[in-house]
Amino acid sequence: MNAIDPLIDSLHSLRSNKMRSVLTTLGIIIGVGAVIIMVSVGNGAKAQINAMIDKLGANVMMVMPGRHFGRGAVGDAGSLPTLTEDDALAIKNEVPTVRLVAPVVRGNAQVIVGNLNWSTTVYGITNEYLGARDWGLSRGRLFEAGEMKASSKVVMLGETVAENLFPGQDPVGLSMRINRVPFTVIAVLEVKGQSGFGGDQDDVVLIPISTAKKRVLGGRRLSGNLVSHIFIKAKSADVVSRTEELITALLRQRHRITPNQDDDFRVRNMAEFLNARADSSRAMGMLLMAVASISLIVGGIGIMNIMLVSVTERTKEIGLHMAVGAKGKDIMSQFLIESIVLSLIGGVLGVVLGVGGSLAMSAFSQWQAIIDPLSVILAFSFSAAVGIFFGIYPAHKASLLDPIEALRHE
Amino acid sequence: MTVDLIETIDLKKDYRMGSQVVPALRGISMKVQQGEFLAVMGPSGSGKSTFMNLMGCLDTPTGGKYLLENEDISALTPDERADIRNGRIGFVFQSFNLLARASALENVALPLRYNGSPRRLRLQRAEEVLAMVGLAERLDHLPSQLSGGQQQRVAIARALVCRPVIILADEPTGALDTKTGVEVMSIFQDLNSQGMTIIVVTHELEIAAFARRRLLFRDGRILTDRANQQVVQAKAVLNDLKKESRYNREDGEALA
Repeated sequence: MNAIDPLIDSLHSLRSNKMRSVLTTLGIIIGVGAVIIMVSVGNGAKAQINAMIDKLGANVMMVMPGRHFGRGAVGDAGSLPTLTEDDALAIKNEVPTVRLVAPVVRGNAQVIVGNLNWSTTVYGITNEYLGARDWGLSRGRLFEAGEMKASSKVVMLGETVAENLFPGQDPVGLSMRINRVPFTVIAVLEVKGQSGFGGDQDDVVLIPISTAKKRVLGGRRLSGNLVSHIFIKAKSADVVSRTEELITALLRQRHRITPNQDDDFRVRNMAEFLNARADSSRAMGMLLMAVASISLIVGGIGIMNIMLVSVTERTKEIGLHMAVGAKGKDIMSQFLIESIVLSLIGGVLGVVLGVGGSLAMSAFSQWQAIIDPLSVILAFSFSAAVGIFFGIYPAHKASLLDPIEALRHE
Repeated sequence: MTVDLIETIDLKKDYRMGSQVVPALRGISMKVQQGEFLAVMGPSGSGKSTFMNLMGCLDTPTGGKYLLENEDISALTPDERADIRNGRIGFVFQSFNLLARASALENVALPLRYNGSPRRLRLQRAEEVLAMVGLAERLDHLPSQLSGGQQQRVAIARALVCRPVIILADEPTGALDTKTGVEVMSIFQDLNSQGMTIIVVTHELEIAAFARRRLLFRDGRILTDRANQQVVQAKAVLNDLKKESRYNREDGEALA
């Protein structure tokens, strides 16, 4: 006996119970869909992080002040004001593997032009900062040495700020106020776009570090020559870990940290920094994986349940098939094929859901999803496997029926 | 030439009800020759259904022997019995037992599925057999679109489709009105006249009157086994019924 007849029979029988069949396959649909979305999102996150590492350069590092003990996100570093401009200078002079050292102070400020105002992030920087971040100017010029020394009130605008405060005009040469202090715009930065995590990197203003401390940000945390963090570009990606060791040793010495004390600063390279973000996408992946496996199992049980119902409902029919010559294995394959067909229908709908969901995620959320054909095939085969596994018991039960008993069944 | 198609030697069947053993057949010894038309009669509980199940290889005896075409088939595996049911025995049931979702043609073709015939040949053969029982025009009808008599004819076609050596019919007219029942018996008589061996189980004397030999069962034994001296021809009865209904109609009209 071939597989065509049971296949046709299965489709007939499933079609006569359309609603039941669809509801039964719901678990498989969700399971398969979740597997595909999970893999797609995981791939997307990985690709995004790799792209960012490429963009930022794997040789970029950051030194941040230490934080109070206890837990917190990476961004919370800096609760201990320990890093100074002198540290930056020392790194530049004493660590041979660094190319650029850029101390940065950072804060928020209200920027005003005429009756327009905008809340943005202020970075107090040196010109090295732009080099360390591979950031160019679209118009205007860099800070001059004299301006740095004199804490001049000059500012470079990110594109977003420029657009919002100076709609339709070239801001270079015009004046504006940052926290009520008047400034002259000397440059507009190149568009950098979104950071991988949705933040607008162009929503910033850059001013000389000395100006930032004396005239704009100030405060206890930035008093003296303290800095928010130090941006460092190593000479190449290969020496990043060596540079990290040298900086750590240097700063421990400068901060007089005894060997049994913890560091009061943290050195992070960009790859590590981004891997922390990768963890969050991995966590989401695990969650989806759990949902997927549970729903595939529940879906399988649903299929087993409906097949058992079907065997009972069709006992008389089974008896008739047996009376006209069907053997146990014929009955077995009939019901097995039926449960496989059922789960494959779920698989197909699940693939549709998974692919559609992945596309929707890419379109409507910041999670980028890359559909992996292999995951589609895998999820689909898995649904078939669920059909076989959970179909065996009902099919076996049907094949063991006694023809006389089955024929008498009402 | 007469050939022993079926021979049973002291055939016994016991049912186990918990710890109790209930004998249903207490030793049946009989022979059926090719071309016979047998009616098996008896009150309920006399063992006639059990006997049919054994003849039909649906069940195995607990004692004695069952020879079909001189081959002992009393102790076969379930798969071997399935092959015999498929190829050598045609079944007709009281309640037709058609697949509700399948057309007449598909229903008739069903047994051919289990002997490995290719689909095209199956449908061709099924069509042929349906034509034999006068349903050539009803191939695509579902059982629910057919009358009781037509459904039973589909069932007979299904029994014939694998060219069996014997037809076993268990109360084939039980679910039909008198006229349709006689029609079904007329088909059996036709088949028998072409050489088909037929065993019909019935509790109606009128139906048994169409058979050429009558077996009366009681308490799991054969009480009598006699040739029917006056075989009634179903076609003649049908003619009478037609006349009768015409008279009845005329009477009705006269009264009105």
